[in-house]
Amino acid sequence: MTIFEKSKKGRRAYNLPDYDVPEVDLGIPEHLVRSEKAELPEVYEVEVVRHYTDLEAKNYSVDRGFYPLGSCTMKYNPKLNEDMATLFRWLHPYQPEETIQGALRLMYELKEMLMEITGTDDMTLVPSAGAHGELTGMLIIRAYHLDRKDYKRNKVIVPDSAHGTNPASASMAGYKVVEIKSSDEGLVDLKELEKELDDTTAAIMLTNPNTLGYFERDIVKIAEMAHEAGALLYYDGANLNAIMGRARPGDMGFDVVHLNLHKTFSTPHGMGGPGSGPIGVKEELREFLPVPVVRKDGDRYYLDYDLPKSIGMVRSFYGNFGVLVKAYTYILTMGRDGLKMASDMAVLNANYLKKLISEFYPIAYDKDGNRPCMHEFVADGTKLLKETGVKTLDVAKALLDKGFHAPTVYFPLIVHEALMIEPTETESKETLEAFANALKEIVEEAKKNPESLKEAPKNTPVRRLDEATASRKPIVRWSKE
Amino acid sequence: MKKYTYIPHTEEDIKEMLATIGVKSVDDLFVDVPKTISPESLKIPESKDELTVRSIVEGLARKNRFLNEMRVFTGAGIYYRYIPSVVYHMASKPNFVTAYTPYQAEVSQGTLQALFEYQTMISELTGMEVTNASMYDGASALAEAMLMAVRVSKKKKVLMASNIHPEYVRTTKTYVTPQDIEVVMVDYDKETGQIDLEDLKRKLDDTVGGVAVQYPNFFGVVEDLKAIKEILPEKTMFVVAADPIALAILEPPGKFGADIVVGEGQALGSFPSLGGPGFGFFSTNMKHVRMMPGRLIGQTKDVEGRTGYVMILQTREQHIRRSKATSNICSNHAHNAVMAAIYMSTMGKEGIVEIARRSANTAHYLAKALEDKGFNLTFKGPFLFEFVFDAGDGYEKKWKEMVDKGILGPLPMERFFEDMKGKALAATTEMVKKEDIDALLEAIA
Repeated sequence: MTIFEKSKKGRRAYNLPDYDVPEVDLGIPEHLVRSEKAELPEVYEVEVVRHYTDLEAKNYSVDRGFYPLGSCTMKYNPKLNEDMATLFRWLHPYQPEETIQGALRLMYELKEMLMEITGTDDMTLVPSAGAHGELTGMLIIRAYHLDRKDYKRNKVIVPDSAHGTNPASASMAGYKVVEIKSSDEGLVDLKELEKELDDTTAAIMLTNPNTLGYFERDIVKIAEMAHEAGALLYYDGANLNAIMGRARPGDMGFDVVHLNLHKTFSTPHGMGGPGSGPIGVKEELREFLPVPVVRKDGDRYYLDYDLPKSIGMVRSFYGNFGVLVKAYTYILTMGRDGLKMASDMAVLNANYLKKLISEFYPIAYDKDGNRPCMHEFVADGTKLLKETGVKTLDVAKALLDKGFHAPTVYFPLIVHEALMIEPTETESKETLEAFANALKEIVEEAKKNPESLKEAPKNTPVRRLDEATASRKPIVRWSKE
Repeated sequence: MKKYTYIPHTEEDIKEMLATIGVKSVDDLFVDVPKTISPESLKIPESKDELTVRSIVEGLARKNRFLNEMRVFTGAGIYYRYIPSVVYHMASKPNFVTAYTPYQAEVSQGTLQALFEYQTMISELTGMEVTNASMYDGASALAEAMLMAVRVSKKKKVLMASNIHPEYVRTTKTYVTPQDIEVVMVDYDKETGQIDLEDLKRKLDDTVGGVAVQYPNFFGVVEDLKAIKEILPEKTMFVVAADPIALAILEPPGKFGADIVVGEGQALGSFPSLGGPGFGFFSTNMKHVRMMPGRLIGQTKDVEGRTGYVMILQTREQHIRRSKATSNICSNHAHNAVMAAIYMSTMGKEGIVEIARRSANTAHYLAKALEDKGFNLTFKGPFLFEFVFDAGDGYEKKWKEMVDKGILGPLPMERFFEDMKGKALAATTEMVKKEDIDALLEAIA
C-alpha cells in the first residue's frame, strides 16, 4: 500500500514551535498564489516509521548479504564512515572560508591522497558520480585540444566492452564515438586501434582492468600510440579496486582518471546514489579543471575559482562533500597497506570464485579456466541456454530465491549471456563457496527441470514483473482512481 | 599479518584459496599488471584503528563553525531547515543505504516504491505529470533540462534569465556549449528584480528552443510565470527552476504551461552538508517523457497480479542506448530523493505550507525592520523568503565579523555580481526566531 492510501485528513507527523514573529502581508499577486494545496500525505509519526520500515525490509542490500554486481564494487560500507559524515552536516557552502577550514582541509587531504593513489598531478572533487566525472574529464580533454588550436579532433575511441556511460559521456561532450572490437583475448585489439587512431582522435577511453575482468597488458603501448597520435588517454575508474598499491593509472600513461568513491572507497550506493566521481589529471591539463579547486596557501585552505581556462562549473557548490568525508575516513582507516590488501583480496576472491564456478559454468575468454582475472570475471551462459533453454535472466532470478543478489547480467555486451561477477574483498571464503554452490544447484536444476527456473523468483516480496506493459503504458505516479 | 576489520581473510584462507586457484602467491595473479609503484612508497599513512581515525576526523570537524550554533540568514540555494529526527532515522536504514540501483526489481521493491511515491510528491509540487527518480543537483538538472529543450525543439539556441542562480547558469553553459548550443542571457528588470519582459521579447525568435527562468529567482523575487508564458511561442520549451518549499504556496509552474520544471531538493530533508549531497528534481509532461534524462519508476503487476514497481523506459538510458542516450547519467541521488519522500510524508500536506508561510512571513518582517533601519530593498517585485537589500559599503567585512557574534548574516552579493557591491541576499526559514532577527538588526547597524 502506498503512503497516500494511508493518509487521513487531520493527522500530522511534525510539530513546530510557537511562532513569535508578527504576521505580515506577503503581497504575492493573487494569480501566483497556490490555489490548491499539493496532495502530500497526512500521516502521524508512527505511520511514517512503519511505512518506511516496511519498504526498507523489501530491499536486498550489502548489509543483508552477498551482492556480486560486476563493475559496481558492492563492498561493505563501514559504519564509522557514516558516523563521521554526520559531524559535518550543518555546514553551508557559502559560509566564510575561515569558518569551514576543517572541511576544506579534509577535502584537500583527500585530494592529495587520491592523487597519490592514481598518480595524477591535480584533481577536482566536484563531480557527483562516475558518469558526471566522465563528462567532466571529456570536457577537460576537449578544452585541452581547443586551447592548442587543434580543432579537427572530433572523435573518441572506446572498446566494445566499455561501460555504457563512456560513449554517452563522450557524446555529451560533443564527440563522435567509435567503438572498436575487442581481440579474441577480450583485450584492446592493437590493430583495430591503429586503424581508427588518427589526428581526428581526441581521446581513447579505457577501463583497466576492463569489464571482462582482464588487465589490458598492452596498456603502456596503447598510451604511447595514443600520445603519438596526439590523443589523450582516459581512465574509467570503475575497476580501480583491482590495482591499488600495485599500479597507478597515471604511471601507465593515462592523462585523465576518474574515480568512483562509491565503489573503490566504500561509500554506500544509496539505492543508486549519491556517489562521487573525482577527476585526476596530469600537469598539462590542470588549468582546465572545473572550478572551484581546493587549494592550500600556508596554513590556510581555500577554494580557487581563478582558473581562466577552466571548463567552468559542472554542478553547484563543491561536490558531494558528505560522500567525501566517508571516503576520507575509509582511506585513513585502511592506510596504504590496507588499500593494497583490499585490492589483493578482491583479486584473490575473484580468482577463487572463478575457479569454483569454472567447474560447471564457462568463463568468457578463458577456455581452460586458468587465466588469472582481476577483481571480477564474466561467466558465460551461452552453452547453458543452448542446452537447457534457461536464460541468464532465469539464472539471475533463481539466485534471488537462494538469498543472493544476482550479478550484473547481459553486460558487457560482447558476451551474450553474461553474468558479470565481482565479489569484492569484504566477502569471506565461506560466502564465495555458498554462492558457487547455489549457482551449481541452479545449473543442475536447469538440466533436470528448466521450467522451474523460468518461474523464479518465488521467495521474493513480488515475483517477476511485467516490465513491457510498464514501459508501454507508463504509470509514473500514484493517483486516486 | 595485519588485521583489517573489513577484510575476512585468515592466513589459512589465503593459503587454501591460492592452492585451489593453482598459484603460489597473490603476486602471481598480477602478472599482467606493470608494477609502477611499490606499496611502501605510496605517500599515504599506515592503516589506523577506529578510535584514532575518529579522533582525527573529529579534530577536523572542530575546525568549523556549524549552522546549528548560529543564527542563519544565508540561503542562496542551500537552506538551513528543520529536519525531523524521524526523517534521518528512516533514511539511514541499512537496506536503503547499502542497496544499489534497483536492477533486480523483485528484491528492490522498497527502493522502487519509495521512489515512485517520491515521483508522485514532486509532481504534486511542480504541477507536472511526471518526475524522474532524481538528478545530481539543481544546477545539473537545469543544464539537462536545457539539453532536453533542444532535443524536443530541435533548435540550438536557448535563453536564460540573468537572475537565475549564477552557478546554475555556469553549469548549464558548461553542459551545452560542446554541443554547439548557444546560450543567450536575458536581462532582469533593475526595478522589480524580475526577468525583463521587453528584453525577452526582443531576444525571442523562431531559432529559440527553450527559455529558462527561476521561481523564485536568485534574488528571491517571484517571477510572473503567466506573463512570461504569454510571450513565448507555443513550441518554445518553457523551463522553470523552482524552489520546492516555495511551491507549497506558489501556484505550480505546471499550471502556467511549463514544459520542464527542475530544482534543488536539498530543502526537502537533506542536510546542507557544505552543498552536497542534496539532489536535483526533474519534472515534465507525458508527451515529452521519452526525451527525459534519468531513471524513471513505473507501476506494474507481477505474474500473480500483485502491484509492483520497476524501472521503465530504460531504452532512453546510457546502458542500453550508449552514445544515443538522452543523458549519460547513471548514478543519481536516489538516497536523497527517498529522504525527501520521507520528509514530505512527515511534513505532509499542511506542514510544508506552514513552514513555507513562516519562512516567508519572517522574511517580510525582517525586510520591513531593515527598511525601518534605513536599509533599502533593492527590488520591488514580490518575494517569499529571500530578498536583496542594500547593506552598504564594506558589508562583506561586517558579514565575516558577524560570525563571531554567532550570526551567519545575509550573503554578500558581490561574489556573484560585480555591480552588486554592498548588496546582500537575506534568507529566512522556519528556524529563524524573532530574537534572531533582533540580534541581526543590532549587529548589522
